[in-house]
Amino acid sequence: MTTIQHISTGRRIKDRIVQGLVYLAFALAVVPLVSVLWLVISNGLARFDLTFLTHSMRGIGARDVGGGAYHAIIGTLEQVLLSSLISVPIGLLTAIYLVEYGNGGRLSRAISFFVDVMTGIPSVVAGLFVLAFWILFLGMPYSGFAGAMALSILMMPTVVRSAEEMLRLVPDDLREASYALGVAKWRTILKVVLPTAFTGIVTGVMLAVARVAGETAPLLLTVFFTDSINNDPFTGPQMGLPLYVFDQAARPNDTAIDRAWTGALTLILIVMLLNLVARLIAWWRSPARR
Amino acid sequence: MSKQIQVSGLDAYYGSHKAIEDVSMTIEPRSITAFIGPSGCGKSTFLRTLNRMHEVIPGARVEGKVLLDGDDLYSNNIEPVTVRRMIGMVFQRPNPFPTMSIYDNVAAGLRLNGRVSKAQLDDTVEESLKGANLWNEVKDRLSKPGAGLSGGQQQRLCIARAIAVKPQVLLMDEPCSALDPISTLAIEDLMAKLKDEYTIVIVTHNMQQAARVSDRTAFFNLAEQGKPGKVIEMDETSRMFTNPSQKATEDYITGRFG
Repeated sequence: MTTIQHISTGRRIKDRIVQGLVYLAFALAVVPLVSVLWLVISNGLARFDLTFLTHSMRGIGARDVGGGAYHAIIGTLEQVLLSSLISVPIGLLTAIYLVEYGNGGRLSRAISFFVDVMTGIPSVVAGLFVLAFWILFLGMPYSGFAGAMALSILMMPTVVRSAEEMLRLVPDDLREASYALGVAKWRTILKVVLPTAFTGIVTGVMLAVARVAGETAPLLLTVFFTDSINNDPFTGPQMGLPLYVFDQAARPNDTAIDRAWTGALTLILIVMLLNLVARLIAWWRSPARR
Repeated sequence: MSKQIQVSGLDAYYGSHKAIEDVSMTIEPRSITAFIGPSGCGKSTFLRTLNRMHEVIPGARVEGKVLLDGDDLYSNNIEPVTVRRMIGMVFQRPNPFPTMSIYDNVAAGLRLNGRVSKAQLDDTVEESLKGANLWNEVKDRLSKPGAGLSGGQQQRLCIARAIAVKPQVLLMDEPCSALDPISTLAIEDLMAKLKDEYTIVIVTHNMQQAARVSDRTAFFNLAEQGKPGKVIEMDETSRMFTNPSQKATEDYITGRFG
């Protein structure tokens, strides 16, 4: 029989060192986040007012104060909504196919491979693709919709991957329980599998939305620029918040730089707000609430 | 309400691996039939072939005949979905739907299979929960999630869910193996009550349980290591446990196995 030994000093020291390293790594990871937030908030608050949120840049000269990002906010919301409308159904159905019907066959392996390839597409290439195919080849005009298509190319693989993960987490027990009640497979997926994975899928979609909401390069090539309000995403150039920031930040005077900071702040707030809404939906749908 | 099952020459495969071979038996209505035997001898596999759940697993297939009151469940013009509506199943681990309330869990089978009026649904839910001896425990919290119940209650909830669709046959795959003795007793009482209306087939590792609840018992075993499982003997439970005709059955029941 061995006696219970006290923790040796060596182990104690090692424990402390590793603990210190973990805290240090955490602090290092948080530094950029905090500094970005701090910079954006402190610089952006100056112009974060009602004028900014309700006015466009129409008729605002190069050295004028005032002006706002209303046109860009509208553009971003519409473009992100449209790209979600395109990529969420396709992505979700793809994930359902992969998990429920693919059975690791040749087609599902091919789809998986191409989804991985799509994940690696640089955002500017997605924009170039839409520019080349939709605008130059088919002769369509610059529009918010063209931008939404480019964004949905970026969004789709993220949606597929996250939805796939979540669907795989649904235990087979539940599928079998449903089959054993004489429920058809498609109804089982619709009524048992999807509701069980719902919260996770919403989170995945929100991450995808957050990713594309900040994309500049694909918009640069597809929605063009405008200083005016364009509520119709299907005709004529639109603006987007990332474009707005890009545009304003490139101008030489301080008033424009201030607008760029506020635009960035607005973008962060929009993404945060969307996340909050998604959390609320997930919470509202969760069984623990009842 | 209750139907006879006749199985003849049934083989079940997982891919190229043959799990059970040439099983033939008759399962009588309004009685409890127990399957006993060591792990991995194909009891559960055989049970799952009775309501075509076996083929849910990719690569799994079945050869042979299963007749439910004379209708072949594996004939080409019969859909697995309709078979499973007639032959319900309770699993080893309680598996209530986590997103649904107690009420919705019991109503799931009816709701997912078509439109039913609210009044009819209420009646069925109450009747099924009473049938599963769970009504008194949950009647005040029907809208609470089913996953919040204790293990034994969850299993009875699953039984209520299975009998809510009014099957002819109820298959139970080790329904008590994850439960404490009190909950096990509750389920056994329930089975004794349910056998007035249903044909019940139960897989169990607990020989006392088989002896207590079942009318007939089938002993499954591997012919030899690496060979598919088969039925060694099937008889009245009282005879199986007192005077079995096969040496292997006696060895298994008395614990002198292997």
